[in-house]
Amino acid sequence: MSTVAVIDYGMGNLHSVAKALEHVADGQQVIVTHDPARIRAADRVVLPGVGAIRDCMAEMARQGVIDVIHEVVREKPFLGVCVGMQALMDFSAENGGTPCLGVLPGRVEYFGDNLMAADSDRLKVPHMGWNQVHQERAHPLWQGIAQDARFYFVHSYYVQPADAALTAASTDYGVRFTAAVTRENVFAVQFHPEKSQHAGLALYANFLRWDGQGA
Amino acid sequence: MGLAKRIIPCLDVDNGRVVKGVKFLDIRDAGDPVEIARRYDQQGADEITFLDITASSDNRETMVHVVEQVAGEVFIPLTVGGGIRTSADIRRMLNAGADKVGINTAAVFNPEFVKEAADRFGSQCIVVAIDAKCVSAAGETPRWEIFTHGGRKATGIDAVEWARRMVDYGAGEILLTSMDRDGTKSGFDLALVRAVSEAVRVPVIASGGVGNLDHLVDGIVQGHADAVLAASIFHFCEYTIEQAKQRMAAAGIEVRL
Repeated sequence: MSTVAVIDYGMGNLHSVAKALEHVADGQQVIVTHDPARIRAADRVVLPGVGAIRDCMAEMARQGVIDVIHEVVREKPFLGVCVGMQALMDFSAENGGTPCLGVLPGRVEYFGDNLMAADSDRLKVPHMGWNQVHQERAHPLWQGIAQDARFYFVHSYYVQPADAALTAASTDYGVRFTAAVTRENVFAVQFHPEKSQHAGLALYANFLRWDGQGA
Repeated sequence: MGLAKRIIPCLDVDNGRVVKGVKFLDIRDAGDPVEIARRYDQQGADEITFLDITASSDNRETMVHVVEQVAGEVFIPLTVGGGIRTSADIRRMLNAGADKVGINTAAVFNPEFVKEAADRFGSQCIVVAIDAKCVSAAGETPRWEIFTHGGRKATGIDAVEWARRMVDYGAGEILLTSMDRDGTKSGFDLALVRAVSEAVRVPVIASGGVGNLDHLVDGIVQGHADAVLAASIFHFCEYTIEQAKQRMAAAGIEVRL
């Protein structure tokens, strides 16, 4: 049986992620674990995450999952979600500056305290709620999902890839930011598919079918 | 195009049953929370809030089971408020599948709890619920105070100041209820909503007083709220969430349709 490992490092709503994956699983087994052997043995891997990046990085180190993450991002279909996306970058400006995993080149920046909309209304931070995700390129994970479909976001920091070619989707919130990145077998999203109703479940179903090849 | 304004139906749950509407509709029981949550999800609710009004803490486990069941089949954000007093309460609700918890009375009695909770679980899941009542006389500059115990006990704390302080302590969102309007169906206290929404940098959910769909529009357009919460107009099928969104869209508000 094909398995998908949701990496459990003690942070956030991995139960929601696991429940949503189970809901769309078509024979795949969803396991929630921090055991490197089980993560290594899985066919697909999901790195969730909520909360502050410093705590996430510290917990990943404490649970001993950093080495296995570096290993599986080279070989398996891998999905990062929210802080799990941010953690893949080189560095985050959060918590006074936090080094991250460096799987993908780029930084994580703050929206700022004076974020303005086009009509010069002040925008609230965190960016919380349903916003449109503009697919910047075709990809198997977008299959069946409408262009500019709304997904649920909750975040105050966003990813700035060093290479624009990594951007798989973008979203407008005062700035146009990268809502999804991808390279080879790695895909990562800033929004929460597990909280994004039909569109989110479709993305998880696509991930469970994905062979790790690009568009 | 950009971020949509949210419509959040609220379910007041007593011993595992939805009861809101009792005061003015003479209906004891609006139904099973899991069924109602399912219906709202199908109608396009952006989030769902459960408010546990169970008097006895012995029956709190019932709420955990409700959240577990809903979280297994409804994939939108879920907030649970009512009786959240300790980190263990928060942990239990998050593990059951809640995405956010509403802290109300516990924040008033121990503001540090909000700080601890935000540090431990992240601001994104800490909603501070504020029950406010207007305390200024007619003609004076409006002023609102925090009330506890369902609006019966005054605290002397200014509502706008309190909202600012809670955000400084790590609240990721403010759920603002006008105790003057709650249950009246006469619309939000728009001056209150606007005062708080402009005072804080985090999203504000307007609550209390919704009696028709125009009230929802007013909360966004005049109150500058980021989200609007209502209970009874949806429970008894006076309006569907879809109708509410269409009304808002017609008024030029961006919604998720």
